Amino acid sequence: MWPHRTGRNACVTVLLAASLSGQVSYERIRQAGREPGQWLTYSGNYQGHRYSTLDQINAANVGRLKVAWMYQVNDPNKFEATPLVIDGVMYVSEPPSNVAALDLRTGRPLWRYERPLPAGVRPCCGFVNRGVAALDDQIFVGTLDAHLVALDARTGRVRWATEVADYRTAHSITVAPLAVRDKVVVGVAGGEFGVRGFVDAYDAKTGKRAWRFWTVPGPGEEGNETWAGDSWKNGAAATWVTGAYDPELNLVYWSTGNPGPDYNGDVRLGDNLYACTLLALDADTGQRRWHFQFTPHDVHDWEANQVPVLVDGAWQGQPRALIVTANRNAFYYVLDRRTGEFLLGTPYAKQTWAKGLDHRGRPIRLPNTEPTAQGTPLYPSLHGGTNWFSPSYSPKTSLFYVAVREEGTLFYKGPAEYKPGAGYTAGSVRGLPGVEPTGYVRALEVATGKQRWEFPLQSPPWAGLLSTAGGLVFGSANEGYFFALDDATGKPRWRFQTGSAVFSNPISYLSDGRQHIAVAAGHSLISFALE
Amino acid sequence: MKLVIFLLAALSLNAQVPYDRIRGADTEPGNWLTYSGNYSSHRFTRLNQITAANVRRLKPAWVYQIKAREKVQTTPLVVDGIMYLTEPPSDVTALDTRTGRPLWSYRRPMPKGVRGCCAQINRGAAILDDMVFLGTFDAHLVALDIKTGLVRWDVTVADYNVGHSITVAPLAVKDKIVVGIAGGEYGVRGFLDAYDAKTGKRAWRFWTVPAAGEPGVETWAGDSYKTGAATTWVTGAYDPEQNLVFWGTGNPGPDWNGEARKGDNLYSDSLLALDADTGQLKWYFQFTPHDVHDWDSTEVPVLAEGVVHGQKRKLVLFANRNAFYYVLDRQSGKFLVGKQFAKQTWAKGLDDSGRPIRIPNTSPTVEGTKVYPSVPGATNWFSPSYSPMANLLYVATRDEGGIYYMGEAEYRPGSQFNAGGFRPIPGEEPTGAIRALKPNSGELAWEFKLHTPPWAGVMSTAGGLVFGGTNEGDFFALDATSGKLLWRFQTGGPITSNPMSYLSGSKQHVAIASGSAVFTFALEEQ
Amino acid sequence: MKSTLAAVLCSGLCLAQNGERLFQGNCALCHGPRGDGGKGTNLAQPRLPRAPDDEALFRVIRQGIPGTEMPGTRHFSDDDIREVISFVRSLGQTTPPKVEGDAAHGAELYRGKGNCAACHTMGGRGGAMGPDLTEIGVRRSPGHIRTSIVDPEAWVPDNFLNYRWYSLIPDNFVQVRLVARGGQRLTGVRINEDPFSIQIRDAGDRVHSFWKTELAELHKDWGKSPMPSYRGVLTPGEIDDLVAYLVTLRGGS
Repeated sequence: MWPHRTGRNACVTVLLAASLSGQVSYERIRQAGREPGQWLTYSGNYQGHRYSTLDQINAANVGRLKVAWMYQVNDPNKFEATPLVIDGVMYVSEPPSNVAALDLRTGRPLWRYERPLPAGVRPCCGFVNRGVAALDDQIFVGTLDAHLVALDARTGRVRWATEVADYRTAHSITVAPLAVRDKVVVGVAGGEFGVRGFVDAYDAKTGKRAWRFWTVPGPGEEGNETWAGDSWKNGAAATWVTGAYDPELNLVYWSTGNPGPDYNGDVRLGDNLYACTLLALDADTGQRRWHFQFTPHDVHDWEANQVPVLVDGAWQGQPRALIVTANRNAFYYVLDRRTGEFLLGTPYAKQTWAKGLDHRGRPIRLPNTEPTAQGTPLYPSLHGGTNWFSPSYSPKTSLFYVAVREEGTLFYKGPAEYKPGAGYTAGSVRGLPGVEPTGYVRALEVATGKQRWEFPLQSPPWAGLLSTAGGLVFGSANEGYFFALDDATGKPRWRFQTGSAVFSNPISYLSDGRQHIAVAAGHSLISFALE
Repeated sequence: MKLVIFLLAALSLNAQVPYDRIRGADTEPGNWLTYSGNYSSHRFTRLNQITAANVRRLKPAWVYQIKAREKVQTTPLVVDGIMYLTEPPSDVTALDTRTGRPLWSYRRPMPKGVRGCCAQINRGAAILDDMVFLGTFDAHLVALDIKTGLVRWDVTVADYNVGHSITVAPLAVKDKIVVGIAGGEYGVRGFLDAYDAKTGKRAWRFWTVPAAGEPGVETWAGDSYKTGAATTWVTGAYDPEQNLVFWGTGNPGPDWNGEARKGDNLYSDSLLALDADTGQLKWYFQFTPHDVHDWDSTEVPVLAEGVVHGQKRKLVLFANRNAFYYVLDRQSGKFLVGKQFAKQTWAKGLDDSGRPIRIPNTSPTVEGTKVYPSVPGATNWFSPSYSPMANLLYVATRDEGGIYYMGEAEYRPGSQFNAGGFRPIPGEEPTGAIRALKPNSGELAWEFKLHTPPWAGVMSTAGGLVFGGTNEGDFFALDATSGKLLWRFQTGGPITSNPMSYLSGSKQHVAIASGSAVFTFALEEQ
Repeated sequence: MKSTLAAVLCSGLCLAQNGERLFQGNCALCHGPRGDGGKGTNLAQPRLPRAPDDEALFRVIRQGIPGTEMPGTRHFSDDDIREVISFVRSLGQTTPPKVEGDAAHGAELYRGKGNCAACHTMGGRGGAMGPDLTEIGVRRSPGHIRTSIVDPEAWVPDNFLNYRWYSLIPDNFVQVRLVARGGQRLTGVRINEDPFSIQIRDAGDRVHSFWKTELAELHKDWGKSPMPSYRGVLTPGEIDDLVAYLVTLRGGS
């Protein structure tokens, strides 16, 4: 935030902040659907839907959507955060590892937490932060120097700060944490640097670690045999996108990244569990209930770090508790979320690496698709058919909306040599000559993965979607547009030029009884409402 | 076959903005061809689609965000549907006004060792014929091809190693580009330059501090003229009939210790009237002789006409940092009217020739002296606006005092040369206001209070509005005759720039830079 | 640790050999296997304008060159970069092959028979349909330049080899043909495009901005170049001269 005068303003703001409740119990988050005017957790609800039941803004009137206010962040790094809205206050993390609380009505800041970062932080892909979590009267943020920090929601003062991992060996936290019951679940980044990945849960009140699940099993642990020799030590499988939670099953669903080194699998022969995997972990103990690996022995950097979406649907005529995800490897999967059983998988984007999936969901690889010294052309690219940014599920249309990247890659294989803190990818990538990459917003039937419609984008997106009961899907483009599409047909209904590429996911909330849509675009947080 | 026709067509490239177009800027209000809208520095738009009645429907049309952290202080120019704006530290971008999408960009890496008192910003470009002109923070003047942003020529104006830089929007006059220099806190010797627009060759230079043997040097004791400063970092005005360039000069150095430089210190804190062809000084008026408060007279001079002292005259209207508003006859340079427009405690008033009658014990001391206005002054670089419709001069005013300290003065090239400092007055909360002054008298017509002293200018419109911005991010519109607040919008960043207006298609737009973004506004469709 | 020791024990030649391996794997695609240019700048010259010293070259390799297609190298360690620098500098120590042709006559051809300024800018002057040639002698090898003149479509830029998170303005000069709903037909080069609008420049250097909803047809002619081939228009000797002239264009100070 821009430096602004404190003094008199601070006094007023503390008074203002004191008059708002801002308490977000676990029960409130669990029943987030009852408070559509708030946005209490990263994906709007525990099920990962990123769907708003507000319908004041609809296909008929969205043409009148206008900017209500803007909030600018004085930092040039990508602004990837999803804001939370709780009782008249918006909480948003800012790059690199700061947090601001804004008055919802005016967009004016109430308080800011600024974290000084040491010189040696090494995030692979930008000094970014994807959002905060809220539980009771605290706001939680993960930092680039691999700490989890708890702030007082009213004042922004630090309650506790726990070191999660050592930033000097290239660990960092960019993920928005997930507040579950009495704990805060958080993952770690550093997959390009040969870390050993994990999912952690911390006691929300004290900051003490409650459990850790290593996503790369150690010697003697189940799955360790899927790593030749000592390769598990730098196995990566990082956990840098927020997961989902089923309160009834008490399962936290969290996905993992690629095995290291990225493009050279020779040193790590084997399936490399639990890289490129969706994990179902007991929320109290962190124990693994089940797992599903999308891309065994991945050599294309097809991390599974996408938000998994919980759907209560049907399978072959019977009600079934499903979990669905569009994976980076270009396949859309439907699994049983109780057992992890594979039900269905079908491509949603161009892919040239697999003939299909077998009955267990394991890919049937085509020959000559691995990286080589001369370069192997392949779809999808290393960035995948989609990436970290959020999909959206609309119970209204039963459609799964996903922002899709259609780009190919030449994969090059190099020697694998681990040096702590240095890149450990063993190869490189470049684009395909002569082919301009594009992108789409696609709508898939949630139970079958069949494409209902697509909306073309000029370039492969880096931003996610929000669907609403008003019949709209909101998304963003690299060329600066924030836009609304008809949720049934994909036809564009509205757009606004925000002036910078967008790297985030939108939300919706109520302010003064009026529906707003907000998105971080460029270095600004923009709030929109009907005039 | 296709090629031949194609090639012939491609040859018909025209000059885009010849001098006559800028001279007649008032006749094409859909464009904004020069920093202040016209050569008289009115910063007034003749567009009247946006009015007091409908301005509440004004909404952002599109936004453009820059990647640098520094503030955008630019006034964009618009020519025939394309917007040209400068970005910190010294970049230029061309945008399509319909969609806000970039067409080209010029990016200038800064060498190590550039320094400036304040931020690495840029206040705008100039356009003449088919070129865009930019003053750079490393003290160059660069000419870019208007179609592509590629460099035509690039000349060194001054040495950045001793603290020179250029932040000012140049002024295109006839066939020359007039540009000033910054660095007043570094003990440099100030000047105003004019360069041939086609070749970049320097046409003339006027030193704002005379050299040994030149008239005026006797107003500097000893050798103090060598580090006299009096820089020229805000865009001036031009009168085509008189062929005079009007430009303000900055404070004498060192800022707060006048002992080493006894004398009036010409031509610091002055308004200069220079022949546009030769740079010769026709007349000058010094606002603050022997200034020890850092009250640069680098404000935008406004040219108007009016009846003063019973006679119709050509005037210069000047709201000065020292808290006095001046009306000068711009043909003779004679002082006509002077009136305080903000709180000041340093002068009893002005005498008949416009010279301040100083109150004793208002100079900086070692212990500190409390004086109004503060160092940033009652107003500053940001633009005033003159509405010929309302016949009012609008000034963004700072109501703020300061404690002034005197220190030792030791010049080292490249280091700050202030000899002292200043502090805010403890326990007092400075505020600000937009003040509307009757131009011929300086009498206050109305004021609109601001929460903190502004750092943004104003624009008035034929729709009867005055637009301005606040440090807290509000872009607002006032009724031009009453000062009533009619509309505001929270832009999320401090507004430290000046508004402008243009047509896109046939629709009036208003633009303002705020924080690290440029906003454009238009009435929403009904 | 191991690699630092290796670097210490490694002589200059050894560094250069490691560097060559890295260069072939990462740089050669654009800069040519011998570094004498292709899509990327000719590195086989004693002085590299953007990298006057090794500190600058380190920065260029590490961060790339913003606004161009030279990407950064996140996956290179500091030692890797030093090894590549060693190799690149060794390229500059060879004598570049002499370019045949009369550069002075080539300059005349540029202005006269070739009419190149109709579509190309140099020193900020000229037409804007085609790429800027102010530094073409530094950016492209002589062979590449020659091919561009006789067979422009062979080198229509394939700018997608390097990933950029997003690009402000695409820098491939795609030929675009469109028909607006009102019937207006235009052929030009694309300046910028997004899901909702497109900006093009026509042969008269005028900029046109369209919302895509205003268009009846929009064709992007990949692989096509508005530039004509000069084979047959210029004699082989004249082409030599023109190439010799273009090779001298190395930008300003």
